Amino acid sequence: MKSEPVLLARVGRERSQAIDTYLADGGYETLRKVLTGGWTPEAVTEEVKKSGLRGRGGAGFPTGVKWGFVPKDTKGKPVYLLCNADESEPGTFKDRLLMEEDPHQMLEGQILSAFALRCHTSYVYIRGEFFHGARVLQRAIDEAYEKGFLGENILGSGFSHDVTVHRGAGAYICGEETGLIESLEGKRGQPRVKPPFPAVVGVFGAPTIVNNVETLCCVTHVLKRGADWFAKIGRNEKNSGPKLYCLSGHVNRPGVYEAPMGLQMKELLFGDDYGRGMKDGRKVKAVIPGGASAAMLTAGEIEDCPLDFDGLAAKKSMLGSAAIIVMNEDTCIVDAATNLAKFFSHESCGQCTPCREGTPWLHRVLSRIEAGEGRAEDVELLEKISNQMGNGITLCVFADAAIAPVLSSIGKFRDEYRYHVENKRCLVGPRAAVEAVTA
Amino acid sequence: MTSRRYAVLPAGRPAEFPPDARARIERILSRYPTKQAALLPVLWVAQETWGWISREAAEEVARILELSPAHVSGVLTFYTMYNLEPVGRHLLQFCTSISCHLAGAGGLLEHCRRRLGIDLGQTTADGRFTMVEVECIAGCDRAPSMMIDDAYHEPMDPSKLDALLESLP
Repeated sequence: MKSEPVLLARVGRERSQAIDTYLADGGYETLRKVLTGGWTPEAVTEEVKKSGLRGRGGAGFPTGVKWGFVPKDTKGKPVYLLCNADESEPGTFKDRLLMEEDPHQMLEGQILSAFALRCHTSYVYIRGEFFHGARVLQRAIDEAYEKGFLGENILGSGFSHDVTVHRGAGAYICGEETGLIESLEGKRGQPRVKPPFPAVVGVFGAPTIVNNVETLCCVTHVLKRGADWFAKIGRNEKNSGPKLYCLSGHVNRPGVYEAPMGLQMKELLFGDDYGRGMKDGRKVKAVIPGGASAAMLTAGEIEDCPLDFDGLAAKKSMLGSAAIIVMNEDTCIVDAATNLAKFFSHESCGQCTPCREGTPWLHRVLSRIEAGEGRAEDVELLEKISNQMGNGITLCVFADAAIAPVLSSIGKFRDEYRYHVENKRCLVGPRAAVEAVTA
Repeated sequence: MTSRRYAVLPAGRPAEFPPDARARIERILSRYPTKQAALLPVLWVAQETWGWISREAAEEVARILELSPAHVSGVLTFYTMYNLEPVGRHLLQFCTSISCHLAGAGGLLEHCRRRLGIDLGQTTADGRFTMVEVECIAGCDRAPSMMIDDAYHEPMDPSKLDALLESLP
């Protein structure tokens, strides 16, 4: 049976964005409890650590542990908190929903997190395309200032905090936390060499924590209902809490679904409360479980596949941003891989040679296979190029992300690639989806 | 939906922000510890003022933020949402990333191309529409998703698009 939603509890309700409805639902009571109830920043961090909350942006790093990396003595420098609202991983659309529908849930988590970090200035780095989301968020921030939840001496606690919305302008790489930091500083969003990590040297040369929208929303609930409550939700203590899953592709009912961490993939695809099965009764061919950067899984691999960090790592893929993209048996895997390669080729920031040169090269070779001009050696060539791009030889994980769909699709559908090269056409017939629309 | 109205930027003369834009820039500057950090937001103000960012506008931004024009140019060309030349009254942005692709974004794009008789990056002769392709815009559950100017239109299909193209000024 489906559990009561936590993160989506208010989504879809009338005026869910407004502060009066949020207050009527007990909103900002947690902030009041923490700021005026004798909590120390250390106690807040400890509670978040105890909850087992892992970052919801993609990497799954324990949030409380990340906070703990900020040096005790910051040598007079301020600490910055940046909310990563640059949601750009293909297949991901949960943060857009959270911000457009319930901005105060996130904002309360952001102020609570800032308190834990002794941070007085935070920014929400929101992707440029979210015009509406940025307006909703700004209105929420203005309301929070009016009610005294932001600004000087919040609720008489002596703690002060300012939040500013900072709009991006179209660049996937700014979702990488040091790319985001560079962009916020008014530069090209090219990732930095690490170490030093942002918790030590981040934006404006000061200690900085970057947390995803959904992560900050979770912080609100960890502190509202306690770490033990949060830790008990989910498959085990290392994969805890409520989780949003972005389901798209060839299913009957795509959408954002909330479930305890570790929901079975089959349940998400076929369950009555979720995807309700494959469109037109087709069969599953492949599933991308964690956004474009995650290795594809075959229909066989989605049997007994808990959707959480460790469950997908065990299948040599990743939960990533929990973007589950379903492809049916009519999908040409070479065509899908070509589309993903186009994305990475377009979005490479151009800083590291293997990635800058490798991503367009992969796209060119895949395009010619897809176009029926593949050469006998092309499949091996794709693997060779990929192996020269990955395994941490670049400044950030973008190159590894770019090769994941290529290597996994070749590894799991090699016959289809081979057929494409030898017969100069798709194994599964014409590009059905395109033709259906143009007909 | 209303069509956008922009101030006309005289060619070859230095750009000057109107007073309301100047006031916005001052407010933006008060939110950051460095002037450089205000670059992306101030470029947005420039685009909202003139509809695109000319060389003259970029130089004015550089002057206000005490940055080199080369730095501003480097940033400007890195991000895809700043218009480096004038665009039509409506910017048609087609998402063609994986989920939209699986839902037939390619066919939708082709349909629009044929209907308007222009290619990606081009503007119709009457100046109404510019067509561009964009990467995933987080509308995957309502694929194929697209944006016209600042607003999402999803899911989109050829007949809905035809009706929209008809109705837009």
